[in-house]
Amino acid sequence: MRFDLPNGGHVQALQNVTLDIKQGELMSVLGPSGCGKTTLLNIVAGFLAPTEGKIILNGHRVTGPDAERGMVFQQGALFEWMSVRDNVSFGPRMAGKNRGEWAGNVDHLLDVVGLQDFKEKMVYELSGGMQQRVALARCLANEPDVILMDEPLGALDALTREKMQGLVLKLWKETGKTIILITHSVEEALLLGERLLVMAPRPGRIHKEYRLPFADLGVNQDLREVKKHPEFNERREEILGMIWDMEEEIMGRTEETA
Amino acid sequence: MGQILADLTAELFTLLLGILGAMPAIIGYLAIILLFMVIVRVVRQRMQPTHDYTSLKTVTFGDESAVVSDKAASIISVVLIFVIWGAFTGTNWLPSLFHAPGPFLGQESFTYTVEADDGTRDDATVTVVVHEAGAVPETPEIAPGDGPAKDDVLVVQAYRSKLLTWDRNDEVNRKDNNARIVAIDGRAISRDADVDTGFARVALTDKGTLNIEPGKGWQMENIWLPAPDSVWSRLISVSRDGYQNVTLAEHLSYSLFRVIVGFILGAAVGIPLGYAMGLSNWFRGWFDPIVEFMRPVPPLALIPLVIIWAGIGEQGKIILLFLAALWIMAIAARSGVSGVAISKVHAAYSLGASKGQIMRHVIVPNSLPEIFTGARVAMGVCWGTVVAAELVAAEKGVGKMIVAASKFQDTDIVLMGIILIGIIGFGIDVLMRAGEKWLVPWKGRV
Repeated sequence: MRFDLPNGGHVQALQNVTLDIKQGELMSVLGPSGCGKTTLLNIVAGFLAPTEGKIILNGHRVTGPDAERGMVFQQGALFEWMSVRDNVSFGPRMAGKNRGEWAGNVDHLLDVVGLQDFKEKMVYELSGGMQQRVALARCLANEPDVILMDEPLGALDALTREKMQGLVLKLWKETGKTIILITHSVEEALLLGERLLVMAPRPGRIHKEYRLPFADLGVNQDLREVKKHPEFNERREEILGMIWDMEEEIMGRTEETA
Repeated sequence: MGQILADLTAELFTLLLGILGAMPAIIGYLAIILLFMVIVRVVRQRMQPTHDYTSLKTVTFGDESAVVSDKAASIISVVLIFVIWGAFTGTNWLPSLFHAPGPFLGQESFTYTVEADDGTRDDATVTVVVHEAGAVPETPEIAPGDGPAKDDVLVVQAYRSKLLTWDRNDEVNRKDNNARIVAIDGRAISRDADVDTGFARVALTDKGTLNIEPGKGWQMENIWLPAPDSVWSRLISVSRDGYQNVTLAEHLSYSLFRVIVGFILGAAVGIPLGYAMGLSNWFRGWFDPIVEFMRPVPPLALIPLVIIWAGIGEQGKIILLFLAALWIMAIAARSGVSGVAISKVHAAYSLGASKGQIMRHVIVPNSLPEIFTGARVAMGVCWGTVVAAELVAAEKGVGKMIVAASKFQDTDIVLMGIILIGIIGFGIDVLMRAGEKWLVPWKGRV
């Protein structure tokens, strides 16, 4: 899978972003605000057409949204007029599958994400963390080849967030899906990124790429133990420094122009 | 321009004077309510001091969540309206203790003193009989009395006044003796100075006759404000026998029929139109000028044109209500579509939904809350518009009923109609809200 440079209007949102992601890879994307992380994800998802370059998945070119690329949003984007079960079975139902084909899988997924007691509830009756679990299950139920996550845990409180990070790792290992995860939390990027991409702004580009062991270490483990790993802290400081420098550069630039 | 300004200033001045005149009544009403507030508070403190969460809040002024509608105040408010209404109409629903002083009724008398041109004076007694409207009293027989001025009898209906040609039976009169009345009950009377005899005001007219105006008290006359019991009995009689050969049920069903059909047609066209405007640039551009222009035009302003074009039959009414509902529903549906979070649409596409499926499973349910809000507004506007349209011209309908009744001064029917209009309008809104709660349970909870 590879994609190249798009530009829109006067803003060069992304430039020379070339990536090759292998099947089953979990890649986290990190960067200061305005570095084009979300633009990148929207292009991969097919919501935006790149001005230049292309995205190839499974040997064909991506031109629009499709069930092969599932998406998890920051705020669930659940359908609150449906029950939890109806939300999760949305993809299979839209594909015209009958109940027998999806019922078992949907039930299993809801068990896996820990919502076994909430299957018939309406989504607006659930807490934010539970809603995010529904969003994960809904995405998985559609059996996409790639899962795109746009700050999926950004709106959750710190405790819930940690639990959900464990869940994401568990699901990744169990299903073997390719995952691209956007985050603004360095810790999350380190924990969840088997491969970590740090992006730089103006124009959005790949700044540095890491291969990290923490995601594999963290599967079905206590994530707090992983954080004690000596390399973890080192990497965290390094990347934080990197992003701080970029942020300062942006601030300086805006002050100059202002 | 200056003339207009001067006229308007004068109007404003008259208006302010009117408000000033009403001040004692307004202040009295507020005082009663405040009194009840104090009483209820004291009673509550004594009876059962509350210790729930809200009562423990120290900051309540400015905390909207700490403000709840006080049931006692609502009950007092409604009861007080009926008590005031009853008190000033002398209803038999209230013990007479609560009645405001009514008009003078019964028999009383006063004396007048005549002075002829030769300076001689004589007294005579006038017996005044005041009767209620509709009652036909017997005219009492009286002796003419002695002296040149003879006693008179005057029969007056309550709230009316009557001229007394006192010299009709007297030996002295205005024409021959240049006789004139100089005093009433011993008190001097002139054209500038009336005399209050206690039960009536007696005034001297330019021609020298007496104008007798029995005391009106503080109550309202039936044709101004009928008593609640007479409105109630009218409701019963009209619902049983009808008014002007049309039953109440017929009036009400015609009005409701127009509202419902007009609203449904308006929604049937307006909602798809709103969706089209929310989903297509071309439709948005096509209808934006029309909708934005038609929205501020009150449907009532269309009544004359609709009557010219479609006449006063059902078609005209339904066209009017269709137009009243159309723009509101179109705007509601449009904003319902624009209210769909883009992430939901993206999510649905990523899950493999087609355009039709997104319309049916995402856009339509997501816009339901807005559409319901619009429908409530539209139903309210339609109900108001149908009554107004019936006031202007109709064969049947509540509006027609009250305007016909007003022409015959059947104020009780007018009042009954207004109350029914209010109740039905309220009922429609309650039904719409219940429907909303049933169909859109997630509203306001996302």
